[in-house]
Amino acid sequence: MKQYQNFRWFQGKVSILIDRKASFVTLCLLIVTMAVFIISTGLGDMKINPVTVVSVFFGGGTEMEQLVIQSFRLPRIIVALVVGMSLAVAGGILQGMIRNPLASPDVLGITGGASTAVVLFLAIFSNESNALTVSIQWMPLAAFIGSAVAGLLVYFFAWKNGVSPVRLVLIGIGLSALFQALTTMMMLLGPIYRASQANIWITGTVHGSTWTNVFTIVPWAFSLMLVAFFMARKVNVLGLGDDVATSVGTSVQRLRFVLLLISTALIGSSVAFAGGIGFVGLMAPHMARRLVGSVYGALLPVSALIGAILVMVADLIGRTLFSPLEIPAGVFTAGIGAPYFIYLLFKTRNA
Amino acid sequence: MLLKNNFQRIAGLIFIVLLFLYLIGASIVYGYTDTSWKMAWEAFQNNNGSNEHLVIETVRLPRALIAAAVGSSLAIAGALMQTLTKNPLASPSIFGINAGAGFAVVIAVSLFQISHLQAFAWIAFLGAAVAAISVYFIGSLGREGLTPMKLTLAGAAIAAMFSSFTQGFLVLSEVALEQVLFWLAGSIQGRKLEILVSVIPYLVVGWLGALLLASKLNVLSMGEDVAKGLGIRTGLLKIGIGTIVILLAGGSVAVAGPVGFIGIVIPHITRSIVGIDHKWVIPYSAFLGAILLLLADILARYVIMPEEVPVGVMTAIIGTPFFIYIARRGFNAK
Repeated sequence: MKQYQNFRWFQGKVSILIDRKASFVTLCLLIVTMAVFIISTGLGDMKINPVTVVSVFFGGGTEMEQLVIQSFRLPRIIVALVVGMSLAVAGGILQGMIRNPLASPDVLGITGGASTAVVLFLAIFSNESNALTVSIQWMPLAAFIGSAVAGLLVYFFAWKNGVSPVRLVLIGIGLSALFQALTTMMMLLGPIYRASQANIWITGTVHGSTWTNVFTIVPWAFSLMLVAFFMARKVNVLGLGDDVATSVGTSVQRLRFVLLLISTALIGSSVAFAGGIGFVGLMAPHMARRLVGSVYGALLPVSALIGAILVMVADLIGRTLFSPLEIPAGVFTAGIGAPYFIYLLFKTRNA
Repeated sequence: MLLKNNFQRIAGLIFIVLLFLYLIGASIVYGYTDTSWKMAWEAFQNNNGSNEHLVIETVRLPRALIAAAVGSSLAIAGALMQTLTKNPLASPSIFGINAGAGFAVVIAVSLFQISHLQAFAWIAFLGAAVAAISVYFIGSLGREGLTPMKLTLAGAAIAAMFSSFTQGFLVLSEVALEQVLFWLAGSIQGRKLEILVSVIPYLVVGWLGALLLASKLNVLSMGEDVAKGLGIRTGLLKIGIGTIVILLAGGSVAVAGPVGFIGIVIPHITRSIVGIDHKWVIPYSAFLGAILLLLADILARYVIMPEEVPVGVMTAIIGTPFFIYIARRGFNAK
């Protein structure tokens, strides 16, 4: 089978080239994502079979089923889906931009900044009896501001006649260690109740998502991801090194800034609503790389789907397996993702 | 690099050794209990059993020695990891050492109700070793044996897995959280000398091993093919490096919990001072690591007196500004 299939329309004025294997993998993952979405919607304290779930989407089902699905399950599952996609795409972009397989939202200090902001928020707006003095609705905003500030600080400190990838990532590491230190210190100084509240957030959970959250994050995340998919081509070029990228006509510094901005915004919006879900941003792109190779046009969509599946499954396990206890989704992303990744590593060991 | 010839490097080494000795003294003298240099001297000459002398002998001295040993071990382990993985972001935690140790300790606390620091040491060492060996094994699968890329990826995956399990246990049990949070932040407070004595043989083997391998590490950093071409048995060398890292970082995590940052930052700072020759990088890293940890530990006593900040927090607070300065100046600046 040929690797590529080309399509030409309007006497060759419009043409696209499609990698057959990558499209096949993408299609499979898309089906898996939809299946997980529907099955996950059906599972919980009240079990609803997948066929009914689909009919509820189109207005069928009993009133009870509609209530459970529409007001409790759908919002959190959609948030899980979007957060998984955002983190995976952001991680993929960062790895391409920094040209280091260890780059991830955590390494650049962006999630760290959000954690610090949340712990600070909990500390400032709590009274003596540990009750919050302002609405918890403001916490996502605090997290978003924290991550944006962290992203900008990293860029600012790394700037010196332009930003080199190594400098960017080393400064990211430094700042992320600093943020982590501040978070730990505030958790230790405050009461243990607050530490455990903060710990749940830091681990990452989509518990308690509402439709408002969905309508805030969905347009934001999808438009950013669309931009990211269109910039995939440029990330490929950047991967060849600054010199090559410059000589084929890329404005390296501007591109790097835009890419960092996109990833910070994606990470910021997902930590705002789901906390510091780890692993996805680091590993989903690597899994995708093992499946479809490292061309970013295929890599980004595939990692997005893998990310979505990871977070949805992690959340499903977290809310059903230990019921009535709720385990944050962030606990299981690595728990289910790492074994699969190690399997992929084993399968491609001679590649 | 800052120091250009061997004469300057030797002078620099003497300077940091003196600084190191001074900080050991300072670590014994400064703290919540009011003591002076003279009193410290007397405590070792003829201990009269007074409160101050007791504090010096049973609290301060072990603490200073532990800080020195752990700081230098972590720094050396970090330098070795960065050479082995050819990645400037690598640190002992890439071997899954901190994550494995943390997981083992949390299991011990929440499932077996163990809450003794002495017991934590061995459990942590065991966890670290298991994690590191599995990372090494997974990284070596395949025809080419251990490659930097496979090692890095396997390590990142295993570390993420263990730390996610740890988080899970902590979320489930608030009791475990309370007991383990301080340990997980890394601390050298309240450790007895016996803990250090029981791991010091491993650390010493690691230190000497690292010094012995220094020239081979230089060759390895030129690339696998070059190293092979020059007659180095790279497979064996990598196993040697891996073992040393496990001894040093595993021993450190056993004594002090996961103290991050030193392992990643000190090698970079060192290289910006003495260049990339491992014969210099390893001794310099050792002393600079010890200096950073001693300094952080002394300051950690004063920030929120009479309570203490975990030393892991303090290393990041002191080290980060310095690290950012160096990163901005450029590692190869003339």
